[in-house]
Amino acid sequence: MRANEKRDLKSGLGFAALWIVGLSVFTLYPVLASLFYSFSDFSVLEPPVWIGTGNYERLMHDVVFWKSLKNTLIYTALSLPLGMIVSISLALLLNTGVRGMALFRTFFYLPSLVPLVASSMLWLWIFNGNHGILNVALRPIVAVFGAEPPTWLSDPNWSKPALALMSAWGVGNSMVIYLAGLQDVPQELYESAELDGAGFWRRVWHVTLPMISPVIYFNLIMGIIGSLQVFTQVFVMTGGADGAPARSTLFYALYLFSTAFYDLRMGYASAMAWLLFLLIVGLTLLATKLSKSRVHYR
Amino acid sequence: MQPRSFFARSVIYALLAAGSFLFLFPLIWLLCTALKPVEQTMAMPPTFVPRTYVAVLGGKQTEVTRDYQVAEPSVLVSPTEGVSQGRPLLVPRTLYDAGQGTVKQVTYEGGEKKATLVRVRLLKMVEPGAWHVTERSQTKVRSRELRSDVLAESEITSSVKPRWENFRIALATMGGKSVEEAEGSVTALETGVGEDSAVSFWKFLSNTLVVCLLGVIGAVFSNAIIAYGFARIEWRGRNVLFALTLATMMVPFPILMVPLYSVFKELGWIGTLKPLWVPAFFGSAFNIFLMRQFFLTLPRELSDAARIDGCSEWGIFWRIILPLSKPVLAVVALFHFLSAWNDFTGPLLYLTRKHTFTLALALQNYQSQHGGTQWHHLMAASAVVTLPIVVLFFFTQKTFIRGIATTGIKG
Repeated sequence: MRANEKRDLKSGLGFAALWIVGLSVFTLYPVLASLFYSFSDFSVLEPPVWIGTGNYERLMHDVVFWKSLKNTLIYTALSLPLGMIVSISLALLLNTGVRGMALFRTFFYLPSLVPLVASSMLWLWIFNGNHGILNVALRPIVAVFGAEPPTWLSDPNWSKPALALMSAWGVGNSMVIYLAGLQDVPQELYESAELDGAGFWRRVWHVTLPMISPVIYFNLIMGIIGSLQVFTQVFVMTGGADGAPARSTLFYALYLFSTAFYDLRMGYASAMAWLLFLLIVGLTLLATKLSKSRVHYR
Repeated sequence: MQPRSFFARSVIYALLAAGSFLFLFPLIWLLCTALKPVEQTMAMPPTFVPRTYVAVLGGKQTEVTRDYQVAEPSVLVSPTEGVSQGRPLLVPRTLYDAGQGTVKQVTYEGGEKKATLVRVRLLKMVEPGAWHVTERSQTKVRSRELRSDVLAESEITSSVKPRWENFRIALATMGGKSVEEAEGSVTALETGVGEDSAVSFWKFLSNTLVVCLLGVIGAVFSNAIIAYGFARIEWRGRNVLFALTLATMMVPFPILMVPLYSVFKELGWIGTLKPLWVPAFFGSAFNIFLMRQFFLTLPRELSDAARIDGCSEWGIFWRIILPLSKPVLAVVALFHFLSAWNDFTGPLLYLTRKHTFTLALALQNYQSQHGGTQWHHLMAASAVVTLPIVVLFFFTQKTFIRGIATTGIKG
């Protein structure tokens, strides 16, 4: 090793020293420990005991686990498309170059700034079955059909759609990302499409969406990862981790949390965490495969 | 895609306006509710503007609450006999016999319906649309002591009056005081809640600021130092370590959650704020990546020239690279502040005693204890937790939007 190679190695390690400590203590050790716990019986109070694949085998027969997985997938299937449609539509509207665009962008973005605990309070109030403003507005409309509006978060059939609705309100971030993607689309493409006689919808479908497909793909992956781990708003709005009402909002992360920190079954919870990781990797690969022919990189 | 026709532009504006309404309405509703007296939060039909109602009760101008609106022609009477003697009673006019001076009262005895006639004194005739009003008082909590009356709409004067004291009361109750105590109608001694079990709102705020500010300092400096090592020095093992760094970004938090808890427990940090800010001083994969990408764009010649002048590696970093990197430092600082302010899972996991709570956790704790009826206080507290972030956004809007657009994230 030459003298200046040695010097570079020394200063390089010096600059990276904090990270070498941080990576080891706060990431690498926890990852390895978690993997070990997932094959052990572990309650924090006593040292872990190796039980092989016991946790994973038990998980396969745990009806509550399957219920939480099903709930999470249903919620993802509701909130992900809804959020994408809303954020892409808003970005398309903002990208029309009309006056006041910055102001409208601020309006649409503002809700995503509200701390999740605070917006959970707000939507808890809006969704309130009796006095909530949503039902006050809906009551006269559904009364035409002789019906009563749902009680949203108190109704097992409507709690997941309610949470999905709330999530669509906070799509400001993905909207801004889409907008940045839209502004990168060369203007000439639209002009030549228009010369070829393409109307608005055809231009959106054949020019805009293919051109921003990498951004859509990015937001899709982020959305999958985020909604599979949804926790805070559900914990706040349903009053804890039991997924009220009737376990209809018992999502994966909530069951994992209560298993680990209420039941102190840390090994079992770690096994759940690893299955979640596999699920995320699996769904990401699936999304990548399905979108391969549709995502166009420039 | 610029719309040309007037029609297309009108459609776009209509859609933008409708969208703005849907996105802003919940926030407006939050503020409306936060400024209302409690009975107006549940008024039917709902009102937007917080109001105060004043009427003459017992010969005196009194602030009143409008309880309900009378639907049918009625009479207000005062029974001269029986259990409710002397208390004003509102009865439908069909049950009132003016000639006899009686009202028919239906009671149930042993499951059997029984009608009795009660002698009454007529106080007044009441037309539909009149309001049953009750004196609004903070000191007399028992409703029997409160004066009430039935008055026509024209006899009640109403004026717009936001109740700013909701904020004061909400913040005091958030810290653990009872609503009555916060309103000043009873003292701490009477409620039996000792002073020490109540934590001041300012304590929650200062906890949050400690976590946010120390975290920001840690995140900005540690990630800049580490990223410099990855971007501008070539050393053996660098690329392997960087690849490992990127790989760890894939690991979801639930995997780390349990072992991290054990690590912090070993360190004796559970129940303190340390788990929430100390790790920021040791870098994070995403911020390292973000800053490295920025440092790579700075011309190599800058470092070379400084090296020839005898500048040390640290000197190059501190005096040349760092001052040129303000945009990326600002993005990292802003997003770290935001995610630390909003974080709920971390405080939920690691904080055990109330005086260490951050605002997010204190707000949730408040809701779990007082939720259900005190919507005006809950909205006021939520507004207080939200406001600093909104103010921060308006001062740093450019950094914000650029940050999200280039990184694709918000904390």
